[in-house]
Amino acid sequence: MSAQSANEKVLLKGNEAFAEAAIRGGLRFYFGYPITPQSEIPEYMSRELPRRGGVFLQAESELGAINMAYGAGAAGGAVFISSSSPGIALMQEGMSFLCSAEVPLVALNVSRGGPGIGGIQPGQADYFQVTRGGGNGDYKIPVFAPASIQEAIDLIYEAAELAETWRNPIMIFSDGIMGQMMEPVTLPEQRPFTESDKIRSAKPWAITGYGDDDAQKNVVKSLRMQPDELEAHVEKLFAKYARAEKELARVETIGIEDADVVFVAFGTVARITREAIDILAERGIKAGLIRPISLWPFPYDEFDKIGARTRVVISAELSMGQMLEDVKIGVGKRLPTRLIHRTGGMIPTSLELADSAEKIYKEAIQ
Amino acid sequence: MKPVFTYTKGMVRTDTSYCPGCTHGIAHRLITETLEEMGMLGKAIGVAPIGCAVQAHKFMNVDMCESAHGRAPAVASGVRRVHPDKIVFTYQGDGDLASIGTAEIVHAAARGEKFTTFFINNCIYGMTGGQMAPTTLLGQRSTTSQDGRKKEQAGSPIRVSEMLATLEGAVYIERVSLASPAHIRNAKKAVRRAFEIQQTGAGFTFVEFLSTCPTNWGVTPPDAMKWLIDNMLPYYPLGVYREPTSEEVAS
Repeated sequence: MSAQSANEKVLLKGNEAFAEAAIRGGLRFYFGYPITPQSEIPEYMSRELPRRGGVFLQAESELGAINMAYGAGAAGGAVFISSSSPGIALMQEGMSFLCSAEVPLVALNVSRGGPGIGGIQPGQADYFQVTRGGGNGDYKIPVFAPASIQEAIDLIYEAAELAETWRNPIMIFSDGIMGQMMEPVTLPEQRPFTESDKIRSAKPWAITGYGDDDAQKNVVKSLRMQPDELEAHVEKLFAKYARAEKELARVETIGIEDADVVFVAFGTVARITREAIDILAERGIKAGLIRPISLWPFPYDEFDKIGARTRVVISAELSMGQMLEDVKIGVGKRLPTRLIHRTGGMIPTSLELADSAEKIYKEAIQ
Repeated sequence: MKPVFTYTKGMVRTDTSYCPGCTHGIAHRLITETLEEMGMLGKAIGVAPIGCAVQAHKFMNVDMCESAHGRAPAVASGVRRVHPDKIVFTYQGDGDLASIGTAEIVHAAARGEKFTTFFINNCIYGMTGGQMAPTTLLGQRSTTSQDGRKKEQAGSPIRVSEMLATLEGAVYIERVSLASPAHIRNAKKAVRRAFEIQQTGAGFTFVEFLSTCPTNWGVTPPDAMKWLIDNMLPYYPLGVYREPTSEEVAS
């Protein structure tokens, strides 16, 4: 893959494409632990990164991986990690530390069904886990949910820059379908890796060894024993998150100005929904789609653009209605909201989705 | 006139947050003074633990980060990957390292990570208020073993140095004590040796400091030193548990 030139169309498996996008994004350090359905990522990284001047390290656990990522990030390295739902759960302790210490990181969740060990088939029931925190304390992590492998590549590549700009972890929320399927994609140019001796000037806050004896030492930390100091720190973080809410909200919409029914769906389900919209059109029902690309910040403002004709808003998800809570906030009291869901690794067909939506729509207009 | 003693530049000129008679201050100074003598203060990166030493970065004059409970060896593994030419160390207590962080320390040692861990073993949890640690001696009272640690209920204390010495990747392991001037002089030699071996890239290096906690042991500072010598030395024998072979240092 490394010999593949940029901007050339290639057929790639999702997990390998995600890994390649991270390398090309300049994320030189990868720490991973095997878990289905993303194990192709550490496998790919173990082969590719050392050959291309990067570093692969297999951790003893996801706890180890996230803390290696914290250490490498605190030391100024550009870091990528990946896991799947239960592994992401183990990483939440570290996510909280990274956010408080403002350490950049790009993290990928190739999610599967839960709770518990759950299953290895695709799921979106990590929605709360990735959008509401999961670790302790007040913090936020921007989360992007691609609906194609190409979009995942572009988001991972961009996230490498966003993590540095915002000095915060950025999460890419994919699922087991996207990890395992193949699509034709175009890969971006390789960004250069930052050499270790260039880190201090690029990231004056990083722990690199301060050099000559009179230089100021750096400390990367999250402990603040004085309540007023901790409060001031959290307020500072939330001023940053308030800016992120304005600048990082991303959404794609299809025909919501004059739709009878509006779907809200992300990732794999959004793809199926597009087909359901065509089926509903044949039945004389005009359906629209709000596809959140950022799950936090959630694109609440987009719901104001839903036209007067719409009778019901449907959240379609691979969970028991986790995103539905955000959909309700976005819709407010203007319109009824409903849920179409499968869970446990089950995936609705476009026909099932259209049938359920038609039933909901007919109930709404009675 | 030539000064006979100067304060090390390795320590920040401030009071520490440690209790009277606690040996953290001695361990801090041995580490930072050695780095200064080696001309490595500006090339060192430290990782602080959870516990009393979480604020070690306030006292040690090197670049440092905090880490979550027990995770310092994983954090240091990440730091070392980014800066392979620097001196990296973790500084961890016995609750942090020998209980919640056993996976991290064992695997860092097994991988032969090229950093040094300084292990403060005082047979008790300090900051959380004197609870039983994996290193608490049989019969020793703590706030969670109020009638003394019982083997049938809590097992026996873990000898971390001996355990890690079974791993190929751990190339230098020594247990030292901070209970007397002679012990302290010897401890400083171990610190120097660990850093020097780290610089050769031979593998993981580890120094265990037998330390005191007069506050949570409920004894005076002088009695704490005596308690360490009388009770800890018999169970935790001092000495070198692993030396690198000449091939390991050369490779």
